[in-house]
Amino acid sequence: MSSRIPLVPENAAPLPSLKENNGLLAWVASVDHKQIGIMYLIITLVYFLLGGLEALLIRIQLAHPGNDFLTPEMYNQLFTMHGTTMIFFVVMPFLIGVGVYLLPLMIGARDMAFPRLNALSFWLFFFGGILLYYSFFTQSGAPDVGWFAYSPLSEKPFSLNKGPTYWALGLLASGIGSVASGLNNVVTILTMRTPGMTMRRIPLFVWMIFVTSLLLIFVIPIITAAFAMMLLDSLLGATFFTPAHGGSAILWQHFFWGFGHPEVYILILPAFGIISEVIPVFSRKPIYGYEFVAASTVAIGLLSLGVWAHHMFAVGLGNVANAYFSLASMLIAIPTGVKVLNWVATMWGGRINFATPMLFGTAFIIEFVIGGLTGVAIASVPIDWVVTDSYFIVAHFHYAIFGGSVFAIFAGVYYWFPKFTGRMLSETLGKWHFWLTVIGFNMTFFVQHFLGVMGMPRRTYTYHDMPYWGSMNLLSTIGALILGLSAIVFVWNILVSLRNGKPAGDNPWNAWTLEWATTSPPAVENFELVPPVRGRRPLWDLAHPDQPDEPGAKIV
Amino acid sequence: MANNRMIVGFFIASESVFFLMLILAYVNFHNSVTDGPTAVNSLNPVVTGIFSLFLFASSFTIWLAGKSLRENNHLMLKVWILATIILGAVFIFGQGLEWSGLIEKNITISRNVFGTTFFTLTGFHGFHVCVGLIMLSLLLGLALAGDFKGPKSDAVECVSLYWHFVDGVWVVVFSVIYLWAFL
Repeated sequence: MSSRIPLVPENAAPLPSLKENNGLLAWVASVDHKQIGIMYLIITLVYFLLGGLEALLIRIQLAHPGNDFLTPEMYNQLFTMHGTTMIFFVVMPFLIGVGVYLLPLMIGARDMAFPRLNALSFWLFFFGGILLYYSFFTQSGAPDVGWFAYSPLSEKPFSLNKGPTYWALGLLASGIGSVASGLNNVVTILTMRTPGMTMRRIPLFVWMIFVTSLLLIFVIPIITAAFAMMLLDSLLGATFFTPAHGGSAILWQHFFWGFGHPEVYILILPAFGIISEVIPVFSRKPIYGYEFVAASTVAIGLLSLGVWAHHMFAVGLGNVANAYFSLASMLIAIPTGVKVLNWVATMWGGRINFATPMLFGTAFIIEFVIGGLTGVAIASVPIDWVVTDSYFIVAHFHYAIFGGSVFAIFAGVYYWFPKFTGRMLSETLGKWHFWLTVIGFNMTFFVQHFLGVMGMPRRTYTYHDMPYWGSMNLLSTIGALILGLSAIVFVWNILVSLRNGKPAGDNPWNAWTLEWATTSPPAVENFELVPPVRGRRPLWDLAHPDQPDEPGAKIV
Repeated sequence: MANNRMIVGFFIASESVFFLMLILAYVNFHNSVTDGPTAVNSLNPVVTGIFSLFLFASSFTIWLAGKSLRENNHLMLKVWILATIILGAVFIFGQGLEWSGLIEKNITISRNVFGTTFFTLTGFHGFHVCVGLIMLSLLLGLALAGDFKGPKSDAVECVSLYWHFVDGVWVVVFSVIYLWAFL
């Protein structure tokens, strides 16, 4: 038996690690994927609180009609920074960070294929964020042109201040970091797998990170090129996106959404991956239809590249273009629906343990399906024409990105925190966090569907006292405050549990993937011995050698 | 180690998308300039074509450099890397001449959309050539220090791959900017 356990080959030179050097310098100089992953998670938590604070200020301003809590200029800066922060500095880097932490552990490797490049990616993300937020301290203030910076609004003479320039430079830096992580992830997954870990056996989370990384590699350069053009416009007087000088504002929209739509899937696919790990473990069943979950990810990745103009139905691209983009967008609902059915089928007949990760996992399915259904609705051109740039859209993408990605992120944090730190998060505080989040989230965003259908436009700092608008907005703001409270409970839980949490042991959830085979937190080089991999659930196979679940084996 | 070549391959794929966007921007505005400088009235395809031949030739010399290493001919490895650097530098010199000529005639990035797209596309390509020249110089330094024992070297192969890519992009850029306008 023991002779069949493969040893991981020795590294030529040991990498710097916290175990040998203590203090801040050990973190700054670290090239260990676990430390880099933790740094991503800490920084994204900070940005999560910042972005959340911005959202609260926005909601307080909108609490009743004609409010003057914020100036219009400040309001514009806040919604721009809220969107930019949440997308580029919270959800995306969190998923990259958790991927960087878990990939090598899940595939039985000692580190990423390129540890130093991994550190470079992190620092590019870090300084990109600093550059973006530095704009708040400049005379002209933060960017104020929306997270998609539509030209000509973001161009001279509409934006004479430097906000959009900081925006483009900050995102350019972090975007290059994301491409580098994408490259690193893909090569790591393709070349660093332990013997026996075939592509048909890698955990679904790894599959999702793989497809996401390919998307990063192929779609970030689209926006990098667009940022370069935007910067040339604002700094050297080029005329790419200024219609007054022969440029094209629509070209910016094509470039932006050529990146921006696949970006939506960069934000949601790793979240699907987290859910695909959590649901089987807490249902005590293998995932139903592994191949379908993996293949539908590839299908979503490919389809996402061809649907960008559904963000541009109101531009007037013509009926042929609108019809194509409408149909192609609706097609994405098919592979996505396949995934939802697989998760539900996995839960079906399982012995479900509603610990906090599973609570968030289950709520994810419900909230994300609501966001998905409104997504199919607005993929239809006439409906989009009615609700575009209204609060209906705000409600839709918050159900997709908060109800989807962020709920999955919470599930992932509660699931893997024991592995990261060696301690459990408090279940009591976790349940408080969960219920406050569910109540606050739905209270904030569900009413916004109705506000949108009733015509309330987004991105305006105040509104007239139309029937019901005041009361519905107040309800939404109260929901946002409850969400804010839930974030405090979440952070409190992390701080308390780091000190006094219950010791976790190696595998507190009795899970099956390789990261649970090592100590919590893992040793410097991850594994002493990598268990043999003969199927998709190596730790199950180890514990039940008589009941292997090779494809075709009956569900246990 | 296949890792290094694999990551350079994916990196080149990523860079291709970047150039594709710049080329699309150029193509998008190709016919929209009604007055002022255009490709037809400001560029000289023959001169640029001749300088382009130097760049195309350099793809051949870097291939010979790799071949020399495989045949354990360390002298020729250095010679061919040096030749590649010289050929690439001549191309960049040619681009510098072309740019300064245009700027003297007040054709700049801010003049009109032709200037904007032309300088952006050729500028980013030139930047990539310069990055390649820096990497080739490092290779030459390492080769002179006797770093490459042969018969294979990831460093030589990766830089060579990148250099072929820069060359290939120029085939497309030259065709789109110069040949399309004059044919």
